[in-house]
Amino acid sequence: MGSASSMLTQYDIEEVQEHCNYLFTQQEIVSLYKRFCQLDKNAKGFISADEFLSVPEFAMNPLSQRLLKLVDGLNFKDFVAFLSAFSAKATVPQKIELIFKIYDSDCNGKVTFNDIIQVLHDLTGSFMSDKQREEVLSQLLHEAGYTRESYLLLDDFVKILDNPGLKMEVDVPDD
Amino acid sequence: MSKLNTSNSEFDLDRPNIEDYLPSGSIQEPRGKLRLRDLLDISPTLTEAAGAIVDDSFTRCFKSNPPEPWNWNVYLFPLWCLGVVVRYGFLFPLRVLVLTLGWIIFLSCYFPVHTLLKGNDKLRKKLERGLVELICSFFVASWTGVIKYHGPRPSMRPRQVFVANHTSMIDFIVLEQMTAFAVIMQKHPGWVGLLQSTILESLGCIWFNRSESKDRGIVTRKLREHVEGADNNPLLIFPEGTCVNNHYTVMFKKGAFELGCTVCPIAIKYNKIFVDAFWNSRKQSFTMHLLQLMTSWAVVCDVWYLEPQNLKPGETPIEFAERVRDIISVRAGLKKVPWDGYLKYSRPSPKHRERKQQSFAESVLRRLEEK
Repeated sequence: MGSASSMLTQYDIEEVQEHCNYLFTQQEIVSLYKRFCQLDKNAKGFISADEFLSVPEFAMNPLSQRLLKLVDGLNFKDFVAFLSAFSAKATVPQKIELIFKIYDSDCNGKVTFNDIIQVLHDLTGSFMSDKQREEVLSQLLHEAGYTRESYLLLDDFVKILDNPGLKMEVDVPDD
Repeated sequence: MSKLNTSNSEFDLDRPNIEDYLPSGSIQEPRGKLRLRDLLDISPTLTEAAGAIVDDSFTRCFKSNPPEPWNWNVYLFPLWCLGVVVRYGFLFPLRVLVLTLGWIIFLSCYFPVHTLLKGNDKLRKKLERGLVELICSFFVASWTGVIKYHGPRPSMRPRQVFVANHTSMIDFIVLEQMTAFAVIMQKHPGWVGLLQSTILESLGCIWFNRSESKDRGIVTRKLREHVEGADNNPLLIFPEGTCVNNHYTVMFKKGAFELGCTVCPIAIKYNKIFVDAFWNSRKQSFTMHLLQLMTSWAVVCDVWYLEPQNLKPGETPIEFAERVRDIISVRAGLKKVPWDGYLKYSRPSPKHRERKQQSFAESVLRRLEEK
């Protein structure tokens, strides 16, 4: 299934479904395909950053640039695999893994104090000073038993965030 | 694809809060002492972003659904083929003939009237109006337009403007056939632009350029001047500012609603039974769009002239605009979305992102104080 053609065969759907570990139903994959073709305006087989940003609701999101790094230029199969973390069937550790990827911008498997500050900066903008952000984070890390120099691994994230559970779900419309 | 630039902040200094309309019910106000978990948990923001990737109300406004094929079996297919032959081989040439005839009549009457009656303004204007209504009727005939007008016909009174929802440039022709409005439009290139500069100019039409941000002040001034003039043709404004697919309405620009005059709403609803009249300007040129209309069976639509509205005491122009949008949307069966139509051409202003950032920052700082 190379470039995006306007028809998905049953084989294609099954291939995509397998790639996303069966976290989406076949109907949802068909709907996602329609959406993919809608966003991919000149049928190149992937959605460019510019095309994502033409959705105003996405462009206004504080984490849009970080998400773009993960989703820019993906073909349909990988696009569905990316979104599968938001399926109701995905486990909490799978969702936390995506959150970890957002924080771990240099992809070395470790989230440092600075990585968290960067994301916090995206989320709070000019409404908190750098000093305030560092103070808050230092204090909270300390209370949770970490230090400024600690590296957080995926397991740490699971321990911190899965307490109580995590809700991160998106409905694929039936359209 | 044209380069998108961030929209000028002066465009949306006075827009109502988008957040008031968007379904952000997922973000409940968290309580209690701040813990590390609360700071690291970005799931609400990520959920919103993913939700926007999967489906968003703005893109829906400009989606044109291709019609379901009905010619998929042995006896329907030949029928459809016969239909194609009739439409392209018989109807289309006939319509082109009718339109050409109309243009010949129009041009041969218009130029003499325009030049010879230079002195006699009142008569000249009256004849020009009649001629424009005539050529629009020819246009409508060339698509076999089945247009039903409901409600009292617009009257020529001073200090009133007409507003309508916008689906295609043919909205203008459909309405102009009945009443010679002066319209405010985006200046187009090509043959449309030529028509705009010559004939439509004499009706008192006003042009603007979306990409010029300073243009806005000039246009507002021109609008005011036009409305003051007792002799000018009634002004028609499409406050959405862009073509929408006739299932939704986007936010109305407040320009038409702060002129201090009566606003007469007009609702237009097209029936997609033979052709979808939505002009997706990113997909088709206007010429292609007209050709598509001329090779389909008919263009069917309803036009409702609704009760004139005035600014209520204590109402801001934005509230007034929203109220009129509501009236039009209800009448034509359209859903309202909280987006500015110009987001088709530019990115949302940083103000929206800043609001989210502010709300998160304040929540963090507040909860830090709690013990």
